[in-house]
Amino acid sequence: MIDYVVRRLLYALPLLIGINLLTFVLFFVVNTPEDMARMQLGQKHVTAEAIDKWRHERGYDQPLFWNAKGEGADRLTQTIFYQKSLGLFLFRFGRSDAGRDIGADIGQRMWPSLAIAIPSLLVGLAVHIGLALLLVFFRLTYLEFWGVALCVALMSISTLFYIIGGQFVIGKLLQLTPISGYDGGWNAVRFTILPVVIGTVAGLGSGVRWYRTLFLEEVEKDYVRTARAKGLSEARVLFSHVLKNAMIPILTGVVVVLPLLFTGSLITESFFAIPGLGSYTIDAINQQDFAIVRSMVFLGSVLYIVGLLLTDISYTLADPRVKLN
Amino acid sequence: MAVSISGGAGVALLLSRVSIPFRKKAFYGMVLLLGMVGCGSPPNNPYPAAEARDNTLYTSFEERPKHLDPARAYSANEYEIIAQVYEPPLQYAYLKRPYQLEPLAALKLPELSYLDAAGQPLSENAPDELIAFSVYDIRLRSDLHYQAHPAFVQDSTGHYRYHSLPSEELGSIHALADFETTAARPVTATDYLYQIKRLVHPQIHSPIAELMGGYIVGLRALGDRLAQDFDQRAANAGWFDLRDYPLEGVEVVDDHHFRIRLHGKYPQFRFWLAMPFFAPMPWEADAFYSQPGLAERNISLDWYPVGSGPYQLAENNPNRRMVLERNPHFHEERYPTVGEPMDAPEGLLADAAQRLPLIDRVIFILEKETIPYWSKFLQGYYDASGLASDNFDQAVQFSGVGNAELTPEMKARGIQLQTVVGASIHYLGFNMMDPVVGGLTEAKSKLRRAISIAIDEEEFIAIFMNGRGVAAQGVLPPGLFGFESGANGINRQVYDWVNGEAHRKKIAEAKKLMLEAGFPEGVDSATGKPLVLFLDTTSSGVDDKPMLNWYRKQLVKLGVQLVLRTTDYNQFQQKMANGNAQLFRWGWNADYPDPENFFFLLFGENAKVGTGGENAANYRNPEFDRLFRMMRNQADGSERLALIRQMQEILRHDAPWVFGVHPKTFSLRHEWYRNFKPNLMANNGLKYLRMDGPLRAARRLQWNQPIYWPLGLVVVALIVLITPAWLFYRRRQTAAAL
Repeated sequence: MIDYVVRRLLYALPLLIGINLLTFVLFFVVNTPEDMARMQLGQKHVTAEAIDKWRHERGYDQPLFWNAKGEGADRLTQTIFYQKSLGLFLFRFGRSDAGRDIGADIGQRMWPSLAIAIPSLLVGLAVHIGLALLLVFFRLTYLEFWGVALCVALMSISTLFYIIGGQFVIGKLLQLTPISGYDGGWNAVRFTILPVVIGTVAGLGSGVRWYRTLFLEEVEKDYVRTARAKGLSEARVLFSHVLKNAMIPILTGVVVVLPLLFTGSLITESFFAIPGLGSYTIDAINQQDFAIVRSMVFLGSVLYIVGLLLTDISYTLADPRVKLN
Repeated sequence: MAVSISGGAGVALLLSRVSIPFRKKAFYGMVLLLGMVGCGSPPNNPYPAAEARDNTLYTSFEERPKHLDPARAYSANEYEIIAQVYEPPLQYAYLKRPYQLEPLAALKLPELSYLDAAGQPLSENAPDELIAFSVYDIRLRSDLHYQAHPAFVQDSTGHYRYHSLPSEELGSIHALADFETTAARPVTATDYLYQIKRLVHPQIHSPIAELMGGYIVGLRALGDRLAQDFDQRAANAGWFDLRDYPLEGVEVVDDHHFRIRLHGKYPQFRFWLAMPFFAPMPWEADAFYSQPGLAERNISLDWYPVGSGPYQLAENNPNRRMVLERNPHFHEERYPTVGEPMDAPEGLLADAAQRLPLIDRVIFILEKETIPYWSKFLQGYYDASGLASDNFDQAVQFSGVGNAELTPEMKARGIQLQTVVGASIHYLGFNMMDPVVGGLTEAKSKLRRAISIAIDEEEFIAIFMNGRGVAAQGVLPPGLFGFESGANGINRQVYDWVNGEAHRKKIAEAKKLMLEAGFPEGVDSATGKPLVLFLDTTSSGVDDKPMLNWYRKQLVKLGVQLVLRTTDYNQFQQKMANGNAQLFRWGWNADYPDPENFFFLLFGENAKVGTGGENAANYRNPEFDRLFRMMRNQADGSERLALIRQMQEILRHDAPWVFGVHPKTFSLRHEWYRNFKPNLMANNGLKYLRMDGPLRAARRLQWNQPIYWPLGLVVVALIVLITPAWLFYRRRQTAAAL
């Protein structure tokens, strides 16, 4: 398995270089260093000299990919791409265009993201799987029919509606939780309740239908019939046998998103004023802070690759028949 | 109460199935939650219960400020913080109108004198061409002290304790609060000199470096020298000490007295002396923040200001909140005793002569969306609010005579409404270099005037701004010297004065102008082709579509086709810099309350193309420029007013802009928020505000009574729903096969 992991990690290198290159090109097509300088220097009394100085100080006055004036390796290394991208592979994110240390910001902002994302994932998983099993449990009853209908209806509603509606009903009408905000330590609990509840409800339709499909596929298999023939109760069959055998597709969906929990949710964090990495990325895009956007895209790519690797490894744990070669 | 018990039972059931450590944590969390309800704080209170009655102002920020360094900061959200921390020599009187300057760090208003080229004194009324230098003589108060800060800490030998920390000591430092000891020191005139030098520091990129380099004697040369020396230093050379660099134009007479010498005459300089750009900066702070290791921890002067003002930034977590706390070293300053006639009846002099600041803490909380902000304002968790389009109708209605007033719901909550027309203008500009709409010929002027009549700004304000604006009659917004209301102030090229009101001219008059301009019914008489114009705009969202269509319809009145060219702001700026736009939408907020700050937007020497100035229309009229040069150096008075009137008439005739709208700001505040008077120029107004903490706490409790019964209803509904299905299932399970 170690060989497999090492090989997969080596495969990731060209992938990450490609992603970096693509992000770099895309960003520079729509956003030149002059544009970045204008954004950072403000809108009043910005002179051409000030823009030139800003670019020089941050190394944005070098060629993008190839420095024809350089000699030897300098032709490659004295370029914006090389200077700004190499450090990322060592997780040295450098400074944002506004001058702040990106690594320190990421270290600080990942915790609020996790404080929302982990409970949302766990509660969502438990509720969605639980309800899906209940629908299968009550299959061929009116509860299943109306349950599925409700799921389709819930799937059709925009996430934004859940957020605004949830804030209105739970925070404003019932006045049970703060509408938005965040605090450190255990005080954070009060602020996570509403986003977690809304996150769980918003994913209810798609989540329950997805898991119900998985369980229905399992529930007609021979081992289930055998279990029933042994006289096990339907509840025991579902919660003990079916759930266990449906773990592979469940893990596929869950483990891959685990590392991405760090990067947070763009919309949720914005509406609930959660100071996480999701809102960090959105702010950077709005402020055209290329250094932050590049770092977050790179981090997201790395985490996604790690997630895929973890998924593969988790298969071996869930199903002993799976071998990684 | 019954629901609480069953809820508790449910929790107990849940806890019996989880591991012990988690159970403990969950229990504490639940106790915390119930404790908040029990001790009288509503469960939706986003703040600690202990703060309920504190003398604190709660406000928000949508986007973290980019810079808090007074040499760099220039945006409103940056000034909201640093103007409370730093003290330039002057400030705007809080209650007096029209806006006027008064001493802040200065003992009195600066004494201004003029010198000729030989350095000989000139009289106050000397002709402009004789004045080679202006000298501002500034005397400082002797009781100014900086806030306590680690940069000032010295050991017994006089060595600065924290200026060159070894890496092992830096290991435990993550924020400014991690430094064990702090100290303060008096402010001196040398600190003002140091800050002025910082304006041309090669790494700081002050937005006014170029402007001030042209005025302050020797500043540009100093900037060149600093840039040269800075480039020759090693990359990690640390602090770039500016103290040894002389600056010819600033003379420190003694610890509380300095002079600034300017080239020529620049009366508007006094307004700059009320901005944080000219606040004092202790060299110790610069040296402290420049040491290696602090920048990596985001501890910098751009993030942790060091000032002598009424507040100090006690907590700066731009990812969550920023907290200003009363600066115990703040000098004595009293609430004003004189204002406008209506100030006393409105209670604005109730705190006259009270020592400032009146509030202990100001908490800025990250709030990115307007909907949650508005909800929390109505719950009493924010003390004041602006008005977004989403909640405008809920808060404001218009009376029969068109006055904005609060809805009964808002009045019942004791909310108060304040409106003020901003010192700003949003306009539609013509690129005067464009061959179709530009130029100073009479025909082109008529074309632009016809368009000015056709674009119905009153309709725009009603449809897209909820009535929150005033149609502009010229360049100057209300409140500035030179602005005239009534019949004398209207733009007679676009409006007629009828029955005591300005009425937009009929579209027939615009069509007549089009005919005279050579575009009858919107058709170019020279080519026989319909006139097609291009509007460059950065508005590209779905919400902007109706507005852009509205512009199109306005020109259809004249038979002119309008093509919209939407682009992002950066590309838009590039187009403007290259002179590639034809029609464009832009705006300007006043830097200071002087007509020069608006007329300069059309001064020929400030043309965007070529000089990169703020004259985006690239308007160049020699007569206007001549009058501008005369007007800008004059003191307010009848002569200046006469010049302004001439300049306004030239602009109204040439119409390089469709004078658009002066936006009107609507702000709401709760009854416990006192002493608020909109001041569009002063940024340091927080020190005058008062909060009634006990009243706020009572209202929050009254307005935030939690409703638990729907939760019980949900549980009952689930039981009702599941029970028949469960029974059906049981019946099926127990049924015989045959």
